[in-house]
Amino acid sequence: MAQLACQDLYIGYEGKTVISGLSFSVEAGSYLCIIGDNGSGKSTLMKTLLGLKTPLSGQVLSGEGLKPNEIGYLPQQTLVQKDFPASVREVVRSGCLNKSGLNPFYTKAQKQAADENMERLGISALAKRCYRELSGGQQQRVLLARALCATGQILLLDEPAAGLDPMMSDEMYELIAELNGSGTTIIMVSHDISASLKYASHILHLGNQKALFCGTKDGYLSSEAGRDYTKKAGYMR
Amino acid sequence: MIAVADKLCQYFQFPFVRHAMAVGVLIALSSSFLGVTLVLKRFSFIGDGLSHVAFGAMSIATALSLSSQFMLVLPATVICAVLLLRTGQNTRIQGDAAIAMISVGALAIGYMLMSLFSKSSNLAGDVCSALFGSVTILTLTQAEVWLCAVLSTLSISVFLLFYHKIFAVAFDEDFSTATGVDAKKYNLLLAIIISVVVVLAMNLVGALLISALVIFPALSAMSLFKSFKSVTICSVLVSVVCAALGILVSIITNTPVGSTIAAMDIAGYAVFSVAGAIVKR
Repeated sequence: MAQLACQDLYIGYEGKTVISGLSFSVEAGSYLCIIGDNGSGKSTLMKTLLGLKTPLSGQVLSGEGLKPNEIGYLPQQTLVQKDFPASVREVVRSGCLNKSGLNPFYTKAQKQAADENMERLGISALAKRCYRELSGGQQQRVLLARALCATGQILLLDEPAAGLDPMMSDEMYELIAELNGSGTTIIMVSHDISASLKYASHILHLGNQKALFCGTKDGYLSSEAGRDYTKKAGYMR
Repeated sequence: MIAVADKLCQYFQFPFVRHAMAVGVLIALSSSFLGVTLVLKRFSFIGDGLSHVAFGAMSIATALSLSSQFMLVLPATVICAVLLLRTGQNTRIQGDAAIAMISVGALAIGYMLMSLFSKSSNLAGDVCSALFGSVTILTLTQAEVWLCAVLSTLSISVFLLFYHKIFAVAFDEDFSTATGVDAKKYNLLLAIIISVVVVLAMNLVGALLISALVIFPALSAMSLFKSFKSVTICSVLVSVVCAALGILVSIITNTPVGSTIAAMDIAGYAVFSVAGAIVKR
């Protein structure tokens, strides 16, 4: 069975359906990009996959030993975080909490996992710095390290390069590809069509309240939906 | 200087003054623990809203001439806190509007009930003391002192026990929920502790000035420190020092306890923001 699967999913707000009859599955180790125009339901789908929203009908299934709380998540920055006094270490460690239960303290293993993930993303030197004073790219690395503390199995990323300058967003995409290379499944929502097509192994294209395309990248590039969209977005192969 | 010390010594021989001091410090302690989280969650005004609710509930209790007002005031405030924190998410009335609604409504109805049913000849005095705290802290009974001590210790220990989770939920609610930390549960917990603290603080500074206890120490600490831990510790220290100073000054100068403590908090904030501006340079 796939690591994450949707079966005949209907999602929307207050009776208004945004996406209907969506079914797809994500195999372990793959890199899925969810693309589509504004309002096509990308973020809503993301929230449903994370269990933040209940679908109108249908269900999200997880398999291959993936428990519901083992999904790492890189959200978009919120307003609250802009002036939140928190050190990098505090933020990264908070990713470990899903394994804490009622224990009020972090265990040695949790602290070590946080240190390792900071090392892995090259932010160990920033451990004592204040999160809100970092650059956009550094902040994204911190949040990515936090997500890795929650799980190394599957990561959901919501516009990971939003608000980054071109060089930093390239760096970010390389980093994500590296994580994918070491076995983490990636599901990413993105506006950035060229990056999506460069790194993804699979594409889910949403539009008109349904999936216009769902399958491998090569299949997408030769499909009608793919050709139209990439032409519109000015993507050159 | 010696005269002032003498006067203080004289005052501290009375048990009710010692009680007032102990209760004041405990309340300052528990409110400052919460302040940081509330300010960061954009709920600075919830203390204000809830204190008006507590005022409304108190006037209902007065109207019904209940012997123990506490038993009505505390549950009513908890219920409103839960309702208010719940509106934070997808509802038609936004958080700030909901707080404004409940707070103004409770204040108006409370005052109306008080003027309708109060048997006291000094209505203005009663209302004033409920809103501004005035001298009530010096007239606490032994039982009230113990209740204060128990409840504030309880709310402080709950906060410490769930410190990391409260931080995580405040920093990023979506992430916490997605990774299996039940954010709703911790918001509920927070709502309950806040209401307990508000009801306790009403005894000390009165309904209107509770926000001062919650907000100023947190903002003072935030202007100088940069990690959640250091901000929390600093705001606790600021709050306790300001409360103790405020009570001492009010004894010496015969000013109302509540507003003197609030004035100390404001002075503390001024000092810290100047210090913060200098450090930043």
